[in-house]
Amino acid sequence: MEPRKPHFGPGIVYTETVVHAAPEPFVDEAPYQLAIVELEGGGRRTVRILARSEEQRVRIGDRVEFVELREGVPYYRKTP
Amino acid sequence: MRPVAVVGIGKTPFGAFPDRDLGSLAAEAISRCLADAHAVPSRVEAFYLGNFAGPCFVGQNHLAPYVAAACGLTGIPATRLEAACASGGAAFCHGVMAVSAGLYDIVLVAGVEKMTSQPTPRVAQILASAGDLAGEMRAGATFPALFAMIARRHMHQYGTTREHLAQVAVKNHANGARNPFAHMRKEVTLETVLAARPVAEPLTVYDCSLISDGAAALLLAPLERALEFTSRPVRVLGVAQSSDRLALQDKADITTFEAVKRAAEKAYRMAGVGPADIEFAEVHDCFTIAEIMAIEDLGFVAKGEGGPFTGDGGTAPDGRIPVNASGGLKSKGHPVGATGVAQICDVVEQLRGEAGARQLKRHALGLAQNLGGSGATAVVSILSR
Repeated sequence: MEPRKPHFGPGIVYTETVVHAAPEPFVDEAPYQLAIVELEGGGRRTVRILARSEEQRVRIGDRVEFVELREGVPYYRKTP
Repeated sequence: MRPVAVVGIGKTPFGAFPDRDLGSLAAEAISRCLADAHAVPSRVEAFYLGNFAGPCFVGQNHLAPYVAAACGLTGIPATRLEAACASGGAAFCHGVMAVSAGLYDIVLVAGVEKMTSQPTPRVAQILASAGDLAGEMRAGATFPALFAMIARRHMHQYGTTREHLAQVAVKNHANGARNPFAHMRKEVTLETVLAARPVAEPLTVYDCSLISDGAAALLLAPLERALEFTSRPVRVLGVAQSSDRLALQDKADITTFEAVKRAAEKAYRMAGVGPADIEFAEVHDCFTIAEIMAIEDLGFVAKGEGGPFTGDGGTAPDGRIPVNASGGLKSKGHPVGATGVAQICDVVEQLRGEAGARQLKRHALGLAQNLGGSGATAVVSILSR
């Protein structure tokens, strides 16, 4: 059996938050949005949301799509 | 298994104490505890210490013999337990089991944390190490962020409101204002909580417990020997610990803590009581949403009713089930490793009728619930006069 590959398909926002008080390595990035995404193929992943403005932030139930991996962290954005 | 009693308690005040080190805090709590039990250190047969991150916060490891030696307890087995914010509860649970099983008669349990020597972003980073490093924390999650995501989902599924969360903080600060050992002894208004600086939306700084220094200790003995130490022994009716996955993304439903439910079921069974019998509780309000979930998962109210029940005053000192009459982690402070032990001390004070301005009318049967991480460890204890 092949090991299960992580997949980064589209999904629905299960929950989210905007982090203002960041831990040491991320202080310069705050505020940033985190979400747990329910993937279409099943399973959930904790991801970062790419949002340059308030309107690009996501809410529970929004559809999101994978953009890129940065140092192992999946970045998603709201599906236009 | 034989019945076990708490025969002595001792705490330091919780707060930011720049001139105190971890050893002196622990030694103060232990010395107060032994004095309360009219006991000398040489009577202690084993020592369990709850501590989350001493090696990170202050650089000292091997903490159980370190603290034991500072208190004149040498030669006995001294063991540190780490279970994130439930380290103190885990130490209590294992101490009770050791006495109950007959391994030892007189066991000292303590919890300590010295947190304020580090800047807040570093503290957040150390606390975050109790979460799932590869999945959550690498993405930039903090504990406030995890509980914020839990709060959002709870609000979505059950209609819990931002005001319900704030009402937990308002109540616990009102209680803590009457606790001379609390870190932040001040009342806050609903408006203050809502308008405060955001930490992780929707949580503001007033939804979060405090970064504190402090220690707590208690002495255990077989019930049959309790009167050698005190005229007011408190009986441990039940104590249970449970665990769960670390990462929120791996849990089917993040609005409930399965570990809390499992520990509570077992503790209720051991004690031969149910949620309706409990007269008051100290629960783990590391964040306001956590208290709402605790009263649901402990069975005081149905799932989803924690918010409205809090809003209606059900958990106030004169409510149906007073919760966190001590002020909770919210106002009392949350020196992580000390918290679980301090909760038991607060329950014991109520049961003995020694809670002063915070004394509750009904105080014969109390419960303490201690949570580690975002629910990966839970300890539930039930005590009676």
